[in-house]
Amino acid sequence: MIHNNRKFVIRLTFILIAAIYLIKLFAIQVMNEDYQAKANSNIIDREIRYPFRGLIYDRNGKLVVYNAPVYNLEVIPKDVQLKDTLAFCNVFGITLEEFDEKIAKAKQYSYVKPSIFIKQISNTTFATVQDYLVDFPGFRIQARTNRAYSYRNLANALGYIGEISPYQMERDSANFYRQGDYIGILGVESKYEDQLRGKRGVKYKMVNVRGVEKGSYKDGAYDTLSVAGENLVSTVDITLQEYAETLMTGKRGSIVAIEPKTGEILTFVSAPFYDPNLLTGRDYGKNYSQLAADTTKPLFNRPLMGAFPPGSIFKIVQALIGLEEGIITPQSRFHCDRGIIDCHGPHTYQDLRGAIEVSCNPYFWNVYRRLLNQGASENTFVDTEIGLEKWRKYVMSFGLGHPLGIDLPHERAGYVPGPSLYDKIYGDNRWKFSTIYSNAIGRGELQIVPLQMANLAAIIANRGYYITPHMIKSIGEDGQPLAQYQEKNYTDVSPEHFEVAVEAMSDVIKRGTGMRANLPDIEVCGKTGTVDNEDRGEEDHSVFIAFAPKDDPKIAVAVYVENAGQGARAAAGISGLMIERYLKGCTERAHMEEYILNGDFIY
Amino acid sequence: MRESNQLVNRLDWGTIILYFLLVSLGWLNIFAVVYDIQADQSIFDLSLRSGKQLVWIVAAGLLIATIMLVDFRFYSSFAYFFYGGIILILIFVLLFGREIAGSKSWFAIGSFRMQPSEFAKFATALAVAKYLSTNNRVFYNLKSQLTLFAIIGLPAVLIILQGDTGTAMVYAAFVLVFYREGFSPLLLGIGIAAVILFVLTLFINQVYLIIAVVVTAFLLIGLNTKKTKRIVTIAVTSFAVISLIVSVDFLVTDVLKPHQQNRIKALINPDGDPLGYGWNVTQSKIAIGSGGMWGKGFLQGTQTKFDFVPEQSTDFIFCTIGEEHGWLGSSVLIVLFVWLLYRVTIIAERQKSSFARIYGYSVAAILFFHFAVNIGMTIGLFPVIGIPLPFFSYGGSSLWAFTILLFILLKLDAHRLQMLTR
Repeated sequence: MIHNNRKFVIRLTFILIAAIYLIKLFAIQVMNEDYQAKANSNIIDREIRYPFRGLIYDRNGKLVVYNAPVYNLEVIPKDVQLKDTLAFCNVFGITLEEFDEKIAKAKQYSYVKPSIFIKQISNTTFATVQDYLVDFPGFRIQARTNRAYSYRNLANALGYIGEISPYQMERDSANFYRQGDYIGILGVESKYEDQLRGKRGVKYKMVNVRGVEKGSYKDGAYDTLSVAGENLVSTVDITLQEYAETLMTGKRGSIVAIEPKTGEILTFVSAPFYDPNLLTGRDYGKNYSQLAADTTKPLFNRPLMGAFPPGSIFKIVQALIGLEEGIITPQSRFHCDRGIIDCHGPHTYQDLRGAIEVSCNPYFWNVYRRLLNQGASENTFVDTEIGLEKWRKYVMSFGLGHPLGIDLPHERAGYVPGPSLYDKIYGDNRWKFSTIYSNAIGRGELQIVPLQMANLAAIIANRGYYITPHMIKSIGEDGQPLAQYQEKNYTDVSPEHFEVAVEAMSDVIKRGTGMRANLPDIEVCGKTGTVDNEDRGEEDHSVFIAFAPKDDPKIAVAVYVENAGQGARAAAGISGLMIERYLKGCTERAHMEEYILNGDFIY
Repeated sequence: MRESNQLVNRLDWGTIILYFLLVSLGWLNIFAVVYDIQADQSIFDLSLRSGKQLVWIVAAGLLIATIMLVDFRFYSSFAYFFYGGIILILIFVLLFGREIAGSKSWFAIGSFRMQPSEFAKFATALAVAKYLSTNNRVFYNLKSQLTLFAIIGLPAVLIILQGDTGTAMVYAAFVLVFYREGFSPLLLGIGIAAVILFVLTLFINQVYLIIAVVVTAFLLIGLNTKKTKRIVTIAVTSFAVISLIVSVDFLVTDVLKPHQQNRIKALINPDGDPLGYGWNVTQSKIAIGSGGMWGKGFLQGTQTKFDFVPEQSTDFIFCTIGEEHGWLGSSVLIVLFVWLLYRVTIIAERQKSSFARIYGYSVAAILFFHFAVNIGMTIGLFPVIGIPLPFFSYGGSSLWAFTILLFILLKLDAHRLQMLTR
């Protein structure tokens, strides 16, 4: 009864504590908005809906690259109730030991979350197994897609897909990709990645503290559907490509064929080649290692990366530049003086057309000299420098010495020498024509890749322009290629000068070194080249460019075959067969085909 | 019959209604915790905790009936027997009990489990009430003061030995009773000051505190230069305070066990290790904080449904209210509890017998301690110690123990006019 006032103190304490709590609660619940966000991040799981990757067709509408369904068998250990494990193993073709191993691994990953039990079940197994799944609770099939190829050709141009690398992730400024996403690697898959990949969709799910799915968040109000990637139509004629690869079996080299008027690439062969299906699916890793280790380098994309001196085919470019500069006319003649430079064949004093037909080296030695030394300065060295710079610009307008801009990665530029190179090698103004005359006949420091060779054939076919060669003619619904593939690129040589070159190239086929490309009913124009390999102790490379028909050309082709001797043999033969097949749809000169397939060019 | 009519009329129905309200709300919230949206569940399902709690509730009803039927004098007469019995059981549990979740505090007979430490609370309350009511001038006699502390100390020590330090702390609540009964406020004040100092040391750098103490001491000495005795007192006190500050570090690092240290750490800085020792508090605050003003709705609490808060049906049951019923719901619950406590003090004050009054305040003290600490720990104002929210948390032992605690008081209250004043 004493200390009566203390009851008030006690009651006050109760109320005080309660008040403090109410204030703190107010601060957490009403004033602080972080907790709502944290609560959501606890429970919401974002599931990515992967989009359907775009398909690739050939120019005639044949499906070349598609997405094949792949089935993984998944398991949730918590739900597994197997009455007859042996029966299960029989259905899926695994042993009991393997079963135990896999189940243990799955349990280790998570007892309640799904994990892959058997990877990539074949389609046939999937079909048979569908009905049995009812008897195996806890197991389910998860469908995914892999890239698949209808043809065993065009691997080097198509590229493949693989998991995104850390390096690429870093450079992904738009944060489009996540760890484990697939991205196009090399070829069309890589260049057109943005169009092919489509857009991801998102599904928001609710999960509990252990990550087990508990239903859709807000009934899918925030979910978005995925958008399929755009389909591409390639410029390539896949049956022609197939034929070309057959012709190149067992050989190393390249075939590039272009439709001159449009720059569309009809064929794009790098030999040795490989089946694109090797770089997809289960054995991707193993197959890739094998291909990478192969000494014949099947992964090296020769049409774009195999650079070598152009050889005799370059003489046509020299002729055209000479005509444009006016230092020669079609009637200009030069003696075939084998003292200044070596030559072959029974000719002595050719005009331009003849010189091209027989590929006279001294003729072009003279042309080049006149080209470089036009009297722009009294000092020979300076004069040569001025002339060389001028020449270089001309040559580059023919698509040489710089990447053309094809829609494939890793295009090499080739090389056209200029004053800066020789200044570096010999010193400023310490070189003149006599130092660098090898360039006259396409040797020396010039470097060209097969794509540029084919493009050259197209330029001549078009009489003076080219459209940047490209692999894809149509993207998605639009039906248009990219803008840069619709413009004409003119050389610095006017069209009227091209006629004499065209006639000369026709002579080469009819009477000259290109006779293996002669077709009875179609007028073909071409030029041989032979790349000298003496310094490497190997056989020469066989090189040939051609286009047909002479008037209104439909195909321009460049072929090179490594270590196959003179251009007249392997390369010319193959070019002829390619043109015949493309323009006629069949091969009538069976003997030529046999000759090429036999591959016996050194004799 | 007349007697039971009398009883019915004299019972404090306000308190009884509050009791049933709390118990029912508790039961509904336990269901919200175990609720699984994808499963087809009934709140009565005996395999779920909500079903089991219902069983405990029904059994509690039987306990209430028993308490009411027994003669009111029984409680005061047999107070020491209750106490002695519980002490023996506590010792027994230490030797033969089952260890669950790190503390050896459970008795298991078949599938039936009981936690004696819960029942020790009301037994100790009876003993304290008996002792204080039969000894006059306790607080002026050192020997009796020591006996008093021993009465509450003994069960506390036994429970600490079980490994359940949290429950042992409940016995500190009895100081509230001592205060009401005349215990020197100075000592009480010192006790509270020590606790506050302890807490401050956890949050504020020791050096600053020591400097503050020294400065204050000099100021006080400066004001009292004439009185040597005072200077000495000030000096001694300052010294004691500084040693306390310094000893906190020692206490925390060397005396407390790692998991207890973690709980202190979690209190000071829950974001320091949100996935480790800070998990409980972080998740609890997220659940409560995400409730907003109105809450997410019954059975709609995502953190509750998806099991993010550990121990949510027992120690963290308050989170369910916070998340599903928002600030409004939390306020209602707090108001109900404070109201209950208030009513208990009113009942205690109107007792003629000091035994009943002291027992009443013990009930208030014990309930207050649980309420304050339990809710405090869910909102990050108190370290996590495992004590339940009375009448609300899941658990047979705690529900029965609190029921007995409360209803003995109600029984005594019903007979208050029949008791002799002492």
